[in-house]
Amino acid sequence: MRHEISILIIGLLAVLTTASIVATILSARAPKPLSSTLVNLTQRINAWWVMVALMTVAFFFGRYGMTILFALISFAALREFVTLTHTRRSDHWVLLGMFGIIIPFQYWLVWTAWYGLFVIFIPVYCFLLMPAITALHGDTERFLERIAAQQWAVMISVYCVSHVPALLTLEVPGFEGRTLLLIAFLIIVVQGSDVLQYIFGKLFGKHRFSPNVSPSKTWEGLIGGLVSASLLGALLSFVTPFSPLQAAAVAFVACSMGFLGGLVASAIKRDQGVKDWGHLIEGHGGMMDRTDSLVFAAPVFFHLVRYFWTV
Amino acid sequence: MNRLSLKTFTLLQTATSVGLSALARMVTGVRPIWNGSLPSDRQRIYFANHTSHGDFILLSACLSESERAITHAVAAGEYWGKSRLRRFIAQDMLSSVLINRQWTRPEENPIEIMLSVLDQGHSLILFPEGTRNMTEEPLLAFRSGLYNLSTARPEVELIPCWIENMSRVLPKGQFLPVPLLCRVVFGPPVAVAPGEERRAFLERAHATLLALNPRPERDD
Repeated sequence: MRHEISILIIGLLAVLTTASIVATILSARAPKPLSSTLVNLTQRINAWWVMVALMTVAFFFGRYGMTILFALISFAALREFVTLTHTRRSDHWVLLGMFGIIIPFQYWLVWTAWYGLFVIFIPVYCFLLMPAITALHGDTERFLERIAAQQWAVMISVYCVSHVPALLTLEVPGFEGRTLLLIAFLIIVVQGSDVLQYIFGKLFGKHRFSPNVSPSKTWEGLIGGLVSASLLGALLSFVTPFSPLQAAAVAFVACSMGFLGGLVASAIKRDQGVKDWGHLIEGHGGMMDRTDSLVFAAPVFFHLVRYFWTV
Repeated sequence: MNRLSLKTFTLLQTATSVGLSALARMVTGVRPIWNGSLPSDRQRIYFANHTSHGDFILLSACLSESERAITHAVAAGEYWGKSRLRRFIAQDMLSSVLINRQWTRPEENPIEIMLSVLDQGHSLILFPEGTRNMTEEPLLAFRSGLYNLSTARPEVELIPCWIENMSRVLPKGQFLPVPLLCRVVFGPPVAVAPGEERRAFLERAHATLLALNPRPERDD
């Protein structure tokens, strides 16, 4: 596995270095003061350096690193999500439980590979008990809106995100001890698709995909991004249990889900009247701004691999 | 409740302040929004909306370390002076200034106590609503302390600070905070205009603070 990891890291370093050089040249040639797009581009690339560094460190700590890293990502995402929603004083205990019980317990289930409870703990037990607790508090003001927002918040930021480290629990014949690479594949392909959609959109974008939801998403960006990300997936098939064709297909499905995740996140932000989820990542916005695509891609990728490649 | 003599922070006060600021940042990711004023070592009275015990921790987490070391929250003596432990927390750890709203003896005069802090060159954090706001109203009417302090020490800047979301993080009667993102919006300085009456000034300061709320529709 060392061999594959080395190739991935060298590849990422090469891409980031190229990106930084391109951004520096563009900035040096552009008229001053720099346009906001260029400033933002440099900020985004700098943040990518930090994110890749953090991921790499977590990677080297293996199962510990991944489980803890994604639990923290869930925490940051849930915090951004709940901040945006309408909450009342009587929601206090439910909200505390979301952070203090649901996150740790869901990641403990990932850690112990208790698949049966992992898949139903949130959608069955939490989804039924959370509104029950809210009802017991007797505050019915905007009740349905509050419980729906709470459920969707844990669904997105805890349940979906936890499927990334859960990939480590899959037993793919002939791929034992290498499941960390599945995480690397998923993240590189989905985040790469985001970047490629951004690049294709900036270079060739003309026809808006959905002007009401997200002004920055274009058909050109979507098609260029999905096709190139699928090719990237095929190229990375050597780190997976998939054949190149299978890897392209899986990458296509994951990136399409990722696109839809970004679309849904944009719709939520628009509905709530904000541009970004938060300010955690300079140039990108909040944690949810960076993980919205991963959130939709992870469970589908997890179940594809589980259904077709495990025994 | 005697005249205070304030020096720089003790070790305990510094440790408390550093620890609580770090905690506030971890739980709420608190960020200052300077919207009409800028960070400064000038002597100031920060006045803010009050919904939670965590309010002044959040506000002071937004100040620089040198400002924090000379900034004291004004707290209710009836509550924080009640027992030895509370007094220890309020004064020896949080270095707050305790005032009694129902005072009888002249040395308990809240304005005099606050002025004595200002006269030592220190800054204050004041909650002019006088109590934590537990109503549906976004901001209660102001008590007159702000006006009295400003007319007595016109050179001290009055900075309105809107503390966002803290009522949701730590509602009254709760001990454990829910981690939600918070911001503190620092507005333009307010000063008593020549000949301005108490009521008119207080209403103007009230309106200035209320106008800083970045998401008024979200308050409940």
